[in-house]
Amino acid sequence: MSAFLPRTLGGLAAAGLLVAGQTTAQQEPVELTMYYPVAVGGALTEVIDGLVADFEADHPDIAVEAIYAGNYDDTRVRAMSAVEAGDAPQLSVMFSIDLYELLEQDVIVAFDEVVESDEEREWLDSFYPALMENGTLDGKTYGIPFQRSTIVFYWNKEAFAAAGLDPDTPPETWEEMAEMGATIREAGEGDRWGVMVPSTGYPYWMFQAFAFQNGHRLMSEDGTEVYFNDPAAVEALEYWVSLAAEHDAMPDGAIEWGTLRQNFIEGATAMMWHSTGNLTAVKNEADFDFGVAMLPMKTQRGSPTGGGNFYLFKDATPEERRAAMTFIRWMTAPERAATWSIETGYMGVSPAAYETQALQEYVEEFPPAAVARDQLEHATAELATYQGGRVRRALDNAVQAALTGQMSPQEALDQAQAEADAALRRYAR
Amino acid sequence: MANPTTDRRMQVYGALLLLPAAVLLGTFAYLPIVATLINSLFLPGFRDAPTEFVGLENYALLLEDSTFWQVARNNLFYALGTIPTSIAIALGMALFVNGRLPGRGLVRMAYFTPTVLPMIAAANIWMFFYAPQIGLFNHLLGAIGISGPNWLGDPTVALTSVIVMTVWKEAGFFMIFYLAALQSIPPELEEAASLEGTGRWSYFWRVTFPLLMPTTLFVLINALINAVRVVDHLFILTKGGPNNATNLLLYYVYENAFSFFDRTYAATITVVILLVLAVVATIKFRVLDPRTHYQ
Amino acid sequence: MTAPTAAAASRRFAARLPRLETLAAWLLAIVWIFPLLYAVWAAFHPSEFMVRFDLLAPLTLANFLDAWEQAPFARYYLNTFLLVTGIVAGQFVVCTLAGFAFARFPIPGKDFLFMLVLLQLFVFPEVLIVENYRIASALGLVDTITGIGLPYVASAFGIFLLRQTFKTIPRELEDAARIEGCGWMAVLLKVYVPLAKPTYLAYGLVSISHHWNNFLWPLVVTNSVESRPLTVGLGIFSAPETGVNWATISAATLLSIAPLLVAFLLFQRQFVQSFLRAGIR
Repeated sequence: MSAFLPRTLGGLAAAGLLVAGQTTAQQEPVELTMYYPVAVGGALTEVIDGLVADFEADHPDIAVEAIYAGNYDDTRVRAMSAVEAGDAPQLSVMFSIDLYELLEQDVIVAFDEVVESDEEREWLDSFYPALMENGTLDGKTYGIPFQRSTIVFYWNKEAFAAAGLDPDTPPETWEEMAEMGATIREAGEGDRWGVMVPSTGYPYWMFQAFAFQNGHRLMSEDGTEVYFNDPAAVEALEYWVSLAAEHDAMPDGAIEWGTLRQNFIEGATAMMWHSTGNLTAVKNEADFDFGVAMLPMKTQRGSPTGGGNFYLFKDATPEERRAAMTFIRWMTAPERAATWSIETGYMGVSPAAYETQALQEYVEEFPPAAVARDQLEHATAELATYQGGRVRRALDNAVQAALTGQMSPQEALDQAQAEADAALRRYAR
Repeated sequence: MANPTTDRRMQVYGALLLLPAAVLLGTFAYLPIVATLINSLFLPGFRDAPTEFVGLENYALLLEDSTFWQVARNNLFYALGTIPTSIAIALGMALFVNGRLPGRGLVRMAYFTPTVLPMIAAANIWMFFYAPQIGLFNHLLGAIGISGPNWLGDPTVALTSVIVMTVWKEAGFFMIFYLAALQSIPPELEEAASLEGTGRWSYFWRVTFPLLMPTTLFVLINALINAVRVVDHLFILTKGGPNNATNLLLYYVYENAFSFFDRTYAATITVVILLVLAVVATIKFRVLDPRTHYQ
Repeated sequence: MTAPTAAAASRRFAARLPRLETLAAWLLAIVWIFPLLYAVWAAFHPSEFMVRFDLLAPLTLANFLDAWEQAPFARYYLNTFLLVTGIVAGQFVVCTLAGFAFARFPIPGKDFLFMLVLLQLFVFPEVLIVENYRIASALGLVDTITGIGLPYVASAFGIFLLRQTFKTIPRELEDAARIEGCGWMAVLLKVYVPLAKPTYLAYGLVSISHHWNNFLWPLVVTNSVESRPLTVGLGIFSAPETGVNWATISAATLLSIAPLLVAFLLFQRQFVQSFLRAGIR
């Protein structure tokens, strides 16, 4: 375990904070409850528990109960149900795109209302701007980035070599990826496929990457409109479908999000698109040489950001809110962000995280760890709208319908557009 | 016993004995049924607006909702796919195990064990069988040169895959009811039949099967209820996808209520489920055993 | 099974089950138990042997350790244990009282009331998740073990079974006890309950296995580790999108089913008898 380093750093940081922040007399520790999701492999719950224990050691006046609630959707369901039962958490890590629904249900507060000092206001600005897009609305900050990702491109260098491709050159463009995929498939070592892009779990997310690489954003900034059946989006879906239908580089049918990493590890596919949050798990499990690169491009590079933000819940005392702030600041401090990134593959959320010694050394030794960060300048916000559950489901269904050959990309996206419009009809501004 | 005061006291005492059950059933069965019916007539609140009475509008929406129709159709296919198959297999199993068979205890255990597992656990195991490239089924098929389908990712196959797993899980449970029924058939019947020269096949169809009819109906009712009630495996296997190909009514209720925050629409779909169950209950009480409640 | 014994066996019992059917019976048995055996194989071997059958593959307990460390299974066990015990105890009390009332007391409109109870045989609490959730929420039962269990306590099935059993008990026994000066409660506890022991055993086993395995309602009504039963913990742990290693999932799956499975294998006869007794009437 690398627990030693963070603990020491944590201790130092805590000493500083204690000196600075010893304002209230402590009797009973402030109790905080936090729900959090896990959507990628690896023992993330252990990492979180470890961080929380370190925090509590540093802050004996605050007790944090961190509850693992399943995937992102489960976590939203659980947190909302706790709110409804009158047992609201004070903070939670939830899908960055849950923002509109959380606002709609009126359960969260903006960080702007809780910050007190200029120093804290500066802290709000210390994160990568691309990671703040999903967390801000109308100039207010509601979500602080924590387990954030982009989609990155993983490739199996040995499989590339076996198919006669240069193992060190990943595809730069859509065309190259399709060709390379077909080449690998033809080389047909075992039953290996060229490329897999997952189409269960979060299909809309992958589709967003294709669309953005084709220069198209799928939604308006205020979350009230979507543009699913724009020609650029249709072209993007056509390309995705063609990977299987024309190029025979990808298997037919839906590709399971959860088992994809295992497919890659087993060598069943030479390339995959997946969350950078899987990086450490792939690194630990793969017994072959692999590379990580930015996603290929059509007219531009691009990936949506993804993952979870910290939210502050409304139903909390001022004291609890301050304690929650302390916790969130501690969790997102550069040292912890660095540890978290190393342990999981998720991004260090602030430039300062990549300036820590730990992460600098790690990136030097393992360059793929920086790909997600480098890709940030090409990133767009993840699909987030009002009625997000329905809107995303409409798009998910369209993607799956097209990939499984039930509908043409145009038909599928037309239908998704109609469904999303119906869901959003009450929200037009 | 004819003493009216004793009678009166008996009535009160009996009512008191019933009270805990009545309170609990009222709270968790009757009240929610009524509430479901009422809520299906409302639209959820929007922004700060309260819920709004809309009469039958939710039902109109439901009729236009192509997803609902697909889900209802899926559920029908699911019932048609699981029930006759698991009943037939259960009957076969019972006949096997009822005969004198080497290792009968082991065989019976093998048949029955899946019944003891939670649906979630069963789904976990089968998830791995079904995984397209690395899963067991396609590995086995690959070994004999067939490239297997994408079991859960191909909408034309996915529901069948779910059905197969359900049959595996359920058949052993139904088997034991058949087994008990078979053991209550007097062996003299078969001896007499074989003296008359009746073949085993025609003996089964002319004697055994008709005698098992009450069991078959009992199992049928149970299977019908399960086809509506049990959706646990979807949470692991498919989440209702791809493109709703494996979505079932109760899972659709869950999605609407807890993923889309649309409780009133969820209530409307629940009403449909209640109607289906009401039909099943009517069949059971009115057609199959009208005597039960007058015993 | 080796060929000579099979041949000998089928010759000896030729009159009962022809050779072909014996073979079919065994084949079916192998097919049926295979998934479980496979899970055991996967759980005890490193994950690279998931699809590679190698008899010499190294055995390992690492998967179980991983699973145990990655999720609070100990707590889930405790929750499930409390849940199941609580439900069965509650059901015994409530259903005994109600079954007794239906069997022996002249309650006006009894048949109608009984029909109303039987309705719950069809409308299980999980069918009404939306409203039951709201009610549990209003009663402050969300995220409590009581909240998971309470809707199942007044079980129509239990009331029905116990009523039937109590009805078969001869009145003379009751009268004898009453002559000795027993009140109704004493009659119930001294005469009816002891004589209904097999029904309690049967119903208890059926209820235990049902609630050990129940998923949807517990999923909806629990939020945290403190109340989550094994099935929900397992479901959350092994949902495919977490991408947890399969060998670990297999181990976790076996961990969650082990107690019930072992109990079943040890008390197979009682289990089967119980399901029969509980179901056949």
